[in-house]
Amino acid sequence: MDYGIYQDKLTRIVTDIARSHSLWILAYGTGCGAIEVPATMTSRYDAERLGVRGAATPRQADVLMITGYLTVKTLKRVIRVYEQMQDPKYVIGFGSCAVNGGMYWDSYNTIKQLDLYLPVDVYISGCMPRPEAVLEGFAKLQEQIRAGEARGATKYKDNLDYYRGNQKKIIKNWDFPDYNW
Amino acid sequence: MEGILMSILGAIATFLLAFVVGMTYGGIRRKVIARVQNRYGPPIYQNFIDAFKLFSKTTAVHHGAMHLLGPAFLMVSAVVALMIIPVLRDNIWFTNLNFKGDLIFLIYIMTFGPLGMALGAGQTGNPNSAIGVTRGLSQMVGFEIPWVMALVALMIKYNTTSVVDLMNVQNEVGQWLIFQNPFAFVAAILASLGMFRYAPFNIVGAPTELASGPASENGGKFLFTMMSAGSVFAFVKLTLLVDVFFGGASNLIELVIKTFLLYMIPVMYGVVNPRYRTEQAVTYFWGWPLLFGFLAIIYSVYF
Repeated sequence: MDYGIYQDKLTRIVTDIARSHSLWILAYGTGCGAIEVPATMTSRYDAERLGVRGAATPRQADVLMITGYLTVKTLKRVIRVYEQMQDPKYVIGFGSCAVNGGMYWDSYNTIKQLDLYLPVDVYISGCMPRPEAVLEGFAKLQEQIRAGEARGATKYKDNLDYYRGNQKKIIKNWDFPDYNW
Repeated sequence: MEGILMSILGAIATFLLAFVVGMTYGGIRRKVIARVQNRYGPPIYQNFIDAFKLFSKTTAVHHGAMHLLGPAFLMVSAVVALMIIPVLRDNIWFTNLNFKGDLIFLIYIMTFGPLGMALGAGQTGNPNSAIGVTRGLSQMVGFEIPWVMALVALMIKYNTTSVVDLMNVQNEVGQWLIFQNPFAFVAAILASLGMFRYAPFNIVGAPTELASGPASENGGKFLFTMMSAGSVFAFVKLTLLVDVFFGGASNLIELVIKTFLLYMIPVMYGVVNPRYRTEQAVTYFWGWPLLFGFLAIIYSVYF
């Protein structure tokens, strides 16, 4: 009998549980949504009890939080940051602006739909989403990781041409190095 | 042959003990910080989950050989120091590669890890790493002096440079060295505040200021190695202090109680303090800790 399959499955289950209970977030304050992150982390809502913790640099982080609108200039940096993160990595789109542009829907230099440029695992809607909503977003992401469904990074690798095409359409002065897996 | 096998098994057991105890203490520290900040806090096994997750992450990039070796240096330094320190008094289960002069060797090997890490951080080319390294070396100049003076005071007083001999002295006299030379203990514990690098001396890591300093380009398995080495090293420092000043421990429960109470000193000092600037940290160590170091040496020589 071949035990290899069961071994792989067991390893994956244990790893996924560990990953879901240790989410180190990189909360670059790209918009006004960053103001809700301190409230989520500090004493009233205390996200650390769920294993959610701030990470200092992209290399150490698991979750990239896009907290609000992205201007074209910021998008460039966010893509660079996302590609510096190590697998497995997840993206949380935070607030209405990340979902559909929000109040910036007809702005000339902000992007409207984050999903076109980066693979988003969880959206948290609201303007602003309260800390309860943010915690629910984390819980949703944890569920997805445990079920093995949070495959944003794999999606990005598989559809790199699609994402690069969309990114290059917006960013005119494209001077990135190649994606480093 | 049996002796060698026993030593290897003992080394593995010592390492596992140090790893588990160090990681759990780290988890308890996070819990204590959370309770002080009126939060619920993560479970005390959170550090194990974090370590496992870090180990399961992929490592796509590295910046050269020294960068790969940096965390390994930290680990080597921690493990070598662990192998030399007697974990329990007169115990055959835990390895103890003790020799005459090991106290002097320990002073050297305990600075070896951070120096190796400094080289590794230098190769990443990240400016935050470079700033972190310079800060760390400045701080080391600060706390090493009272630390060495405290140990030298004991060496002068008892005419030995061996940890085991110091433990035997305490056994024969029936009094811990903390009572025989309290100034040396004060100097050593104040120096250990800097050695643990918790607030207010966390100027090297400084997550909100330097983006975690030397660790800023290290993710995944690098960070796992650094985290484990840090945990083992915390156990090493605490066990050394217990061995030298509190007469060692004859069983594991005694060891855990003594090291835990000692560990709470830097943790409790840290939770109520903000971060020092580099020059403030160095002048701190060259103030009262240095004075206590001098007092310890004078006390050893004349009393």
